[in-house]
Amino acid sequence: MERVVSRAGLWFVLLILAVMAMAAAQDSGFAAHMAILAIAALTGLWLSIANADYGAMARGVLRMPSDPSRYDDDPVRWGVIATIFWGMAGFAAGLFIALQLTWPAFNLEPYLNFGRVRPLHTSAVIFAFGGNALIATSFYIVQRTCRARLAFPGLARFVFWGYQLFIVLAATGYLLGITQSKEYAEPEWYVDWWLTIVWVSYLVVFVGTIVKRKEPHIYVANWFFLAFILTVAMLHVVQNLDMPVSLLGSKSYPLFAGVQGALIQWWYGHNAVGFFLTAGFLGMMYYFVPKQAERPIYSYRLSIIHFWSMIFLYIWAGPHHLLYTALPDWAQTLGMVFSVMLWMPSWGGMINGLMTLNGAWDKVRTDPIIRMMVWSLAFYGMSTFEGPVMSVKSVNSLSHYTDWTIGHVHSGALGWNGMITFAAIYFLVPRLWGRDRLYSLRMVNWHFWLATAGIVFYAGSMWVAGVTQGLMWREYGSDGYLVNSFAETVIALHPMYMMRAFGGLLYLAGAVILVWNIWATILGKLRSEAPMTSAAYDPEKDRPAVPAQSAQGD
Amino acid sequence: MSMTEKHKVLERNVTLLAAAALVTVAIGGIVEIAPLFWIDNTIEKVDGMRPYTPLEQAGRDVYVREGCYTCHSQMIRPFRDEVERYGHYSLAAESIYDHPFQWGSKRTGPDLARVGGRYSDEWHVQHMRDPQSVVPESIMPKYSFLADADLETHDASDRLTALRRVGVPYTDTDVENAAADLAAQADPDADAGDLATRYPKAQQRDFDGDPARLTEMDALVAYLQMLGTLVDVNAAAAQEDLAQETGR
Repeated sequence: MERVVSRAGLWFVLLILAVMAMAAAQDSGFAAHMAILAIAALTGLWLSIANADYGAMARGVLRMPSDPSRYDDDPVRWGVIATIFWGMAGFAAGLFIALQLTWPAFNLEPYLNFGRVRPLHTSAVIFAFGGNALIATSFYIVQRTCRARLAFPGLARFVFWGYQLFIVLAATGYLLGITQSKEYAEPEWYVDWWLTIVWVSYLVVFVGTIVKRKEPHIYVANWFFLAFILTVAMLHVVQNLDMPVSLLGSKSYPLFAGVQGALIQWWYGHNAVGFFLTAGFLGMMYYFVPKQAERPIYSYRLSIIHFWSMIFLYIWAGPHHLLYTALPDWAQTLGMVFSVMLWMPSWGGMINGLMTLNGAWDKVRTDPIIRMMVWSLAFYGMSTFEGPVMSVKSVNSLSHYTDWTIGHVHSGALGWNGMITFAAIYFLVPRLWGRDRLYSLRMVNWHFWLATAGIVFYAGSMWVAGVTQGLMWREYGSDGYLVNSFAETVIALHPMYMMRAFGGLLYLAGAVILVWNIWATILGKLRSEAPMTSAAYDPEKDRPAVPAQSAQGD
Repeated sequence: MSMTEKHKVLERNVTLLAAAALVTVAIGGIVEIAPLFWIDNTIEKVDGMRPYTPLEQAGRDVYVREGCYTCHSQMIRPFRDEVERYGHYSLAAESIYDHPFQWGSKRTGPDLARVGGRYSDEWHVQHMRDPQSVVPESIMPKYSFLADADLETHDASDRLTALRRVGVPYTDTDVENAAADLAAQADPDADAGDLATRYPKAQQRDFDGDPARLTEMDALVAYLQMLGTLVDVNAAAAQEDLAQETGR
């Protein structure tokens, strides 16, 4: 009872603070954000009270799992659903801005202009889709590889809900014009502070679970997750050192300006790719690929070498976003050299993943989930080769500022991050909801081919668009004058922009099939279809190591 | 002891593993970023740079809010075609007061680092209201609402104070007069006091074609019209002198 009162009391204080901040807000955007916070606090308050009065009813929402001989998978289940939800939102936003670039009439001023929706798209796919996938899978993997339940179950739930609040504040902020306009770090100061709290809690839950482990060794997937959580914390704090104009307003000014601001931005921005979208997702790869292939990881020694060399080298590569700018030449050259070196550890990860299929390559033909994983590793290899090439100064002089960069990013994001996440979802859902298998493996096959065709249209059209525009900008006529006005280079890209939007539509269509398939699986349906193979699952073996006498309720 | 044996020490101790990982990832940033704050030729000094006037800064805040950086760069690279298309390549000193920097990473539209003075105010206003009416091929969104949005001026001093705290050298006079400076710069008939002394090359006029109102359009056009106009980049001799006298 006391716990309910204190918990409700905390929510109530938060509610009052949010309402007061709303009333005193300096700008309407900040007021809207405080209103969202107040709604979140009100929901928490209501749930706390409802939980006390109707314990059984609310158990499904906030209960502490009571069976210590089972892993604590509620936050993972919520995380899988959140991953799918935000993924759909992010893909749809991406299609919308692709259409805006093709036909500017899709811009609806002021809230749905390209400049406001583009950060919504990037944040939704990186932080909402990717972030939820990372949190959910890391909570799943760290429990299995440590044979221990999550440490601090209440804090783990706070991490999930706190992260969703961060996403809602960030996304609504962009549409309201609340932004720092630093790429991939657009949320304003108070949202950054909130994320810092959530992120430290995430670290505590993750490390706490490792500390509780029943296995002597920390599995390689957890090295990658640990490096990802720590490095993102470091990047986030330094990149978001800001001076708010008012503690009751949304606007702030960053501490760093000009050259220093630019390098810190791309130290952050490049390593958001390197640690959020690479190290974290390699953590997923190191668990799900061996599980689905039913083979051990190819090389333990290679894991060690490529882990340490990758996290060491990645940090240096940021300046390749600033080649030929006003950044000092020595820093540009360092960035280029380290970017080229980074090719090797990146391929170390790809090779370790692909070679894990040694002796099981026939599964690529019969198991659509392992096919997705192999394909995602192939895209990882391609984009981590393309990246070093684009970091070479002479190549970059052509590719920078063009759609080639956009194509490069999407071959990595749609191919590597998207495919490995879809595969992980297909792996997880039957296990998390206790189903014999997915509703349909054949629909996974459809999803695979739609997504692949989408990526081909997307990346292909953007490569052509980028090289075309880069060459048109620098084209000189025999009279010694520039041949093309800027507007002429814009109109030349129109057909490529149409193809890009079509590619995005295909990719989104594949994701719709995923939603349908997952929905039906959770409902417990099985599609009658010619069977395909997938990895075997024994729920009785999927348990933490607990002494028998501790099997009691919470 | 083989490498894998040594590594087992790290694999069994999460504190050691986390500490080793953190040190490993910190090195690159320290080596690349820290020197930018103390190597003195990172930013060569040039004449003419000054903080933004309150109106220009307000326009810059609109530019930031609307995410203009998603399509426009403000960083001209030292290539023949870029210099001919946009003007002299950008100097590090030109973004010294830019919190945040707006160099951008994508040119869906042209670079804006030296757009100041290239078009008339009327062109800018018409272009913002309906870009396709002046550039038919353009894919830029409409920003007509800026002309109807009154510019918030109540926190002009607070904004300059916050900027001063992060290192922009505004004087006490600048901060105290921020709201008055802001209104005066957009009103050709106003007595601007010593605005032009405190902010050399500040342009004082009605920018949006609607003298009755102070709008976000006024601020944004004022910002665009000053971009790249502060430094006399063609007086490159001055920079070469500087380079020689400091022995570089």
